[in-house]
Amino acid sequence: MANFFHMGGYAVFVWSAYGISTVALVWLAVSSLRASRTTRKRVEALRARRRKEG
Amino acid sequence: MSTPLSATFRAILMRDIRLAWSQGGTGTMALSFFMIAVTLFAFGVGPEPQVLARIAAGVIWVVALLACLLSLDRLYQADYEDGSLDDLALSPLGLTGVAAAKILAHWLATVVPLILIAPLLGMFMNLAPEGYGILLLSLLVGTPALSLIGSIGAALTVSVRRGGVLMALLVLPLYIPTLIFGVGAVDAAMGMVGSSANLALLGAVTLVALAIGPFASAAALRLALE
Amino acid sequence: MHRFANPAEFNRLADRILPWAIAVMAISLVAGLYLALIGSPPDYQQGESVRIMYIHVPAAWMAMFTYMVMAGASFVAIVWRHPLAELAGKAAAPIGATFTALALITGSLWGKPMWGTYWQWDGRMTSVLVLFFLYLGYMAIWHGFDDEEKAGRAAAILALVGVANIPIIKFSVDWWNTLHQPASVFRMGGPTIADSMLWPLFIMATAFQAYFVVVFLWRMKLEINQRKLSVMNRAEVYG
Repeated sequence: MANFFHMGGYAVFVWSAYGISTVALVWLAVSSLRASRTTRKRVEALRARRRKEG
Repeated sequence: MSTPLSATFRAILMRDIRLAWSQGGTGTMALSFFMIAVTLFAFGVGPEPQVLARIAAGVIWVVALLACLLSLDRLYQADYEDGSLDDLALSPLGLTGVAAAKILAHWLATVVPLILIAPLLGMFMNLAPEGYGILLLSLLVGTPALSLIGSIGAALTVSVRRGGVLMALLVLPLYIPTLIFGVGAVDAAMGMVGSSANLALLGAVTLVALAIGPFASAAALRLALE
Repeated sequence: MHRFANPAEFNRLADRILPWAIAVMAISLVAGLYLALIGSPPDYQQGESVRIMYIHVPAAWMAMFTYMVMAGASFVAIVWRHPLAELAGKAAAPIGATFTALALITGSLWGKPMWGTYWQWDGRMTSVLVLFFLYLGYMAIWHGFDDEEKAGRAAAILALVGVANIPIIKFSVDWWNTLHQPASVFRMGGPTIADSMLWPLFIMATAFQAYFVVVFLWRMKLEINQRKLSVMNRAEVYG
């Protein structure tokens, strides 16, 4: 297990490459999904208001 | 033998060249910028002749590129704002021809003077004697691409208020190959290696820019005129 | 083709694809990460640092693939005035920019132990950097215009002009013969890297591809709804 984390001496490089990639990709996915949901809700709210106003 | 088409082309060409060298035109300004900016490098880097000689070709190329970019900013703007671009669009030449004429005018009126003064700046920068010929040749082959590519950026941002920075952001990445091959040619010649490969690639970039530039500029102008 | 010009139709299609894409992404990501980090042998020359390749290479592939998607969408947008095509370019750009940035970052993290330097100005790295700048310009031009439709078409023209950069990336390796390794997977005469490394690489590439599909569809829905909102707001002001 320690060997695994040690990465033959390249631990800093390997793990920061994987770490940075994970953070960036997760952040992009989560922010996209979140923004997509909030805009959809705003569209629906606007529509509902229109309907009520006639 | 002068067809109306080439007459219109020539009319735009001559008018733009005249404008560039009239009072407050971009021609003199770009030239002054070119000279001042190159000397700034000497102040920034220090006066050691060897250091200056090493970076001379790169500095001259980069500053020529920036001078070209700055002078392209308003390539279409004045004609767009006073409405004469609408008239030009309806001319038999079409917007592609108009763009080609204006690009050629820019190169002749603004860029060629930069090339002509480059040897003087080479002297300031202590450029090695064997570098002058190839510097001029590389500028001659490469700078048309700068006018052509820059024209696309100018056309895309013509209707954008304060589009200058945006234009630089769009255009500068596309300038990189020209810069690399241009400076590469000079460096190769000074390292006593053949510079023909770099010159050929530089020419190829210019040809690609020639194939794309006028059409993409016309498409962007059409968009702005809608 | 024009059936999907209808946003509602597109949303239905997206909702049908999304669960599958998420499933493919999850499975290939787990399998790919296992193979990349544990299941594959260290390289006989590069040791364990070769494991960076399993994210670096897929990220670089996706950086180019996403630009192709953007360019293709831009082409459709200009030629057929397809309303969703412009939005497709806008939706793809941030994903492509992220992949490009990751390709550069992981590449430099791989380069440090292998070549002794984080950054080397060789052909391929330079053109990937240029690709990153092209993404930045593409995203900036969308914000430069007040009129969304004009912004979309201007961005499409820019994307198509930038396509001239893609072959430069692919062939720059041959132009500047420097430290960077020549392409070793896609080349004449078949790949030169071992199967034990090829499998994790392709599975990770699949995971990245599926990730692109998922996030792209989410962003498409986002852009469609945003366009809807701005249309509705305009109707409110002028209507």
